[in-house]
Amino acid sequence: MMLFLEWIKQPWPWYVAGPLIGLTVPLLLIIGNKSFGISSSLRHVCAACFAGNIPFFKYNWKKETWNLFFAGGVLLGGAIAAIWLSNAQPVVVNPKLVNELQRYGVHNYSNLVPVDLFNWPSLLTLRGLILMVAGGFLVGFGTRYAGGCTSGHAIMGLSNLQWPSLIATCCFMIGGFITANLILPVVLQL
Amino acid sequence: METRDISTQPVILKETNTDFEVRSLDTICINESHIQHPWWYSLKYLVAGLLFGIVLVKSQVISWFRIQEMFRLQSFHMYGVIGSAVVTGIISIWLIKKFKVKTIYGEPIELHPKQFNKGQIYGGLLFGAGWALTGACPGPLYALIGTGATVIIVTLLSAIAGTWVYGRLREKLPH
Repeated sequence: MMLFLEWIKQPWPWYVAGPLIGLTVPLLLIIGNKSFGISSSLRHVCAACFAGNIPFFKYNWKKETWNLFFAGGVLLGGAIAAIWLSNAQPVVVNPKLVNELQRYGVHNYSNLVPVDLFNWPSLLTLRGLILMVAGGFLVGFGTRYAGGCTSGHAIMGLSNLQWPSLIATCCFMIGGFITANLILPVVLQL
Repeated sequence: METRDISTQPVILKETNTDFEVRSLDTICINESHIQHPWWYSLKYLVAGLLFGIVLVKSQVISWFRIQEMFRLQSFHMYGVIGSAVVTGIISIWLIKKFKVKTIYGEPIELHPKQFNKGQIYGGLLFGAGWALTGACPGPLYALIGTGATVIIVTLLSAIAGTWVYGRLREKLPH
């Protein structure tokens, strides 16, 4: 039992985590005919709170509250994992990345989020503003424009062999490759 | 595109058509169930989300560092997670279709095809950029806030703002 607890507190390998994430697809279908996806929760928040006169937000969001429960669960799950299922080890990444990030003053690997970049005081810097605020805006705008995110397209859509989801997933990766390799280095220098 | 048709139609159809649009352009994460349940039936989705959130944290796929590794081809981890998740999903849906599995309430499981529109390209590229900057997609944003990274609340609010602006500009954007 102790050994199991020790093991569970370590980072889980991909061949454990991946299939568990994949099983979310049949789980949601079987417990209530729900197609897996998370970015829609952002749309439901808009529909519930700031619909105004915008047709895109005028629909029966109450029928989709299950998605908000799911999102709330993800938040709680994050808390449970961080409080009870973690050892205090830093994130281990490729030494090449450590070398690169060192140049930008990123030394702290104790959290999943790099606390050197993502923290409240940084919000007042241009670098922090681009990373946290502009980045978040692109996540919200882009996922809705694409009609889904990593969960809705890359996992649910591909699981159902939908070729539009394959196109979307490829575009996620292309956008990410360009930004991480060409744009992010400029932003981190700010 | 449906939005243009809407403007020429009477008010009642407007609402119906928008609901239709939730499905046609945005078939992601739609409630296919036709049964009405009291709110506390939704608590099971809270539990499902909770399990999903634990896996996101424990596999570190919500880590900005891991996302940077992925986009620099410096680690197999993210590809392994997403790849094996997709394979598991494909097998699951194949089994559901083959054995005509029903929901726990006895409803047949409904899956809708996704239609192609150019938004998947433009929006996909923009989201990819946001993913590389924040190191998070929408699910991880919630999970990260749960782990105590409180500043990510700002990123989540910004994502909600981005969604709203998309809804506002939608008819002017190419699809």
